[in-house]
This record gives sequence, C-alpha cells and structure tokens, in this order.
Amino acid sequence: MCKDCGCGVDPNAHSHNGVVHSHEHPHGHAHTHPHEHPHEHLSAVASELRTVEIQQKILSKNDEQAERNRAWLKEHGVVAVNLISSPGTGKTYLLERTLEGLRGKVPCAVITGDQRTDNDARRLQGKGATVRQIETMNSCHLDAEQVGRLLPEVAGDGVKLLFIENVGNLVCPSAFDLGENFKIALLSTTEGEDKPVKYPTLFSSAPVAVLTKMDLVPHLDWNASACRAALRQVRPGVFIFELSAKTGFGMEAWLDYLVKLTE
Amino acid sequence: MHELSIAQALIEQVETAASNAHALRVARVVIAVGTLSGVDAEALKFLFPLVAEGTVAAGSELSVEQVEARVTCRDCGHEMPAERMANGCATCGSKNVELSAGRELTIKTVELEVDER
Repeated sequence: MCKDCGCGVDPNAHSHNGVVHSHEHPHGHAHTHPHEHPHEHLSAVASELRTVEIQQKILSKNDEQAERNRAWLKEHGVVAVNLISSPGTGKTYLLERTLEGLRGKVPCAVITGDQRTDNDARRLQGKGATVRQIETMNSCHLDAEQVGRLLPEVAGDGVKLLFIENVGNLVCPSAFDLGENFKIALLSTTEGEDKPVKYPTLFSSAPVAVLTKMDLVPHLDWNASACRAALRQVRPGVFIFELSAKTGFGMEAWLDYLVKLTE
Repeated sequence: MHELSIAQALIEQVETAASNAHALRVARVVIAVGTLSGVDAEALKFLFPLVAEGTVAAGSELSVEQVEARVTCRDCGHEMPAERMANGCATCGSKNVELSAGRELTIKTVELEVDER
C-alpha cells in the first residue's frame, strides 16, 4: 500500500498529481514459526481447585478508614458520636436544640447524612457549629470514607464535639464503623417500646440510647419501663436519656452529659 | 439495602485473592454472617452474582455460614445464647455479660481454579 495516498493500486510506482514516486517494499517475511508445545497433562484438565484461607472482615477497607478517622479525631482532641435512628425520630431537631444549648460552652461540628437534599444542614446553620451535609444519593448509610474526607474542614480548628447524624435507618448504618467514639441510638416514643428487640443490631451496639418525644407520652399507649427493659434486654447497662427537645424536658441532663464527654 | 455495598466490598477482596493466586476463575466463596451483623444473607446472595458479573468471580457460588449470637459472662466465663442476655448468666447469675459472637461479617475462604503448572 502507498504510504502517501493509502491506495492499494500499482504497488511499485504510480503518480500523485503527475509526480511519480516509487514505493519500496522490502518486506522480507520469513515465517518459520517453529512452535513447540510440550504440554504434558497428567489429567485432561489443565487447572485445579485450590482453597485459600482469607479470614478477613468483608468491610475491612471501611474499618481501616474508620481507624484512620479515629486516629485523626484523637490527635485533634475531638469526641465524635454517631447518631443512628429510624427516619423521623427527631435527630435533627434534637441537634438544633443541642447546638443552641452548647453554644459558647463546647465548640461543636455536625456531619449530617441524608439520601437527598441539604435541608438538615440548613436547619442546623447559624447555631455556632460548622455543619456539612453528605448526600448519599441511593445509599442507606454513611461510610468511613465519606466522613474522613470531611473531617479536616469540619472538625479541625478547635472543635471538641462532632455529631455525625447518620442516614435515618435502623439497620444499615450500624454495620459501618465511621471512626466515632461510640454510637448513640435514638428512639421516639411513637415508634413503640419493643423496637430495640426488633432491631437488636443497632441497639446492642449503642452504649447510649436517647428516648425522644417524651412530651407525647400522655397521648400514647407507651410504657416507659417496658421500653427501658427492651433496651436492656439487648444491651445490659445501656445509658438511657429520656427527653423532649420540644419542651426541654430532660435536656439539661443530656447537655451536661455532652459537656462532660469533652472534659 | 446496604447489602450492595457489602457485595461490592466482598467481590473486591475476592478479586485481590484471585489475582494474588493468579487464578483463572473463582469457584466458591465462603463467608460468615452473624445474626447481629445487620446483613440479610438472602439479599447478599441475590446481589452477589450481579456484582460478580464481568469479574474473575463471575459464576462463582456464594456459601453463607450463619453465626448465632452468643454472650459470654465477664465474671465466670460461661458462654450462652444471646437470648439469655437480659436474664444474666445462666451459671452464676451475673448481669455482667457481653456479646461474644453474632456480629461476624467475614470472608472465610475462596475456592480458586488455578493453572496446575
């Protein structure tokens, strides 16, 4: 083929607009290919099955990042709590009141997760804390990498207490370590007293539980001692707060506890 | 449905193991799932082949070993099923019991097809 015009005609000499040029084709192909295939198979199959021991956590990559987050938080003197509950328990409202209560006492920051919108971050603005929203899109939980990426901008600069408000979900978030000091499970009085027994994965992994919307108790068939018993059934020794962010009932003890965490 | 994230993390680890062993393909993956891990084994089994498609683990079998939740008494060391947790230790009556099994979410073994040479 002519390298100037790409034509396949007259391989030795042809004309380009009257200019004659010659093509040299020194293609001395010597294809002798002496293939030797000494494949001596003992069996008909050239492969074998081998069992390899792994014994590793499936979420080890997340856990490793969580450990890096934990080290970062410790180095910067930040206490981090991972707030988990079903949607509508009142995590954001409690945080609003909490940030107001801690303003001027404890420098706080919030990382809040939702599938869509930055509504929560907007609600939490203007209360003296750095707030960042993570939109997880279709994911039902926060992971250690998402949180790790935000730590330097959110929790640097003298922050003492970091609230990580997880995506509203009673199951999925509890499987993902974010590097927090511990998890806090929230449960509203409207959800019924037996939720801890129905969803033991979360409630057994949270050393602290907060019962929210206590102001609604007079309107509900909700039994406080049955709820406390359900919490203790899956987590003996769990530390329980009962409060209403709306009326302020129980908020003082909650705020005192948070202040002590950072001392 | 965090099982999708878990299936993806699982396939990543299987791919690493297969690549380390220069495996031709993966035949079987064995994992342990605790009853308190928060993971639905059926959902994971459903998602596993979808995530495995196009990887060295395509067509492999996922075996799930369920691990029952158990608690251990911190005082006398007795181990018992987790349902006993609220009543305290079955042997010494201590309320000081802690979860000792049930949160597992572990990849145990992979069965790899390797070139025998």
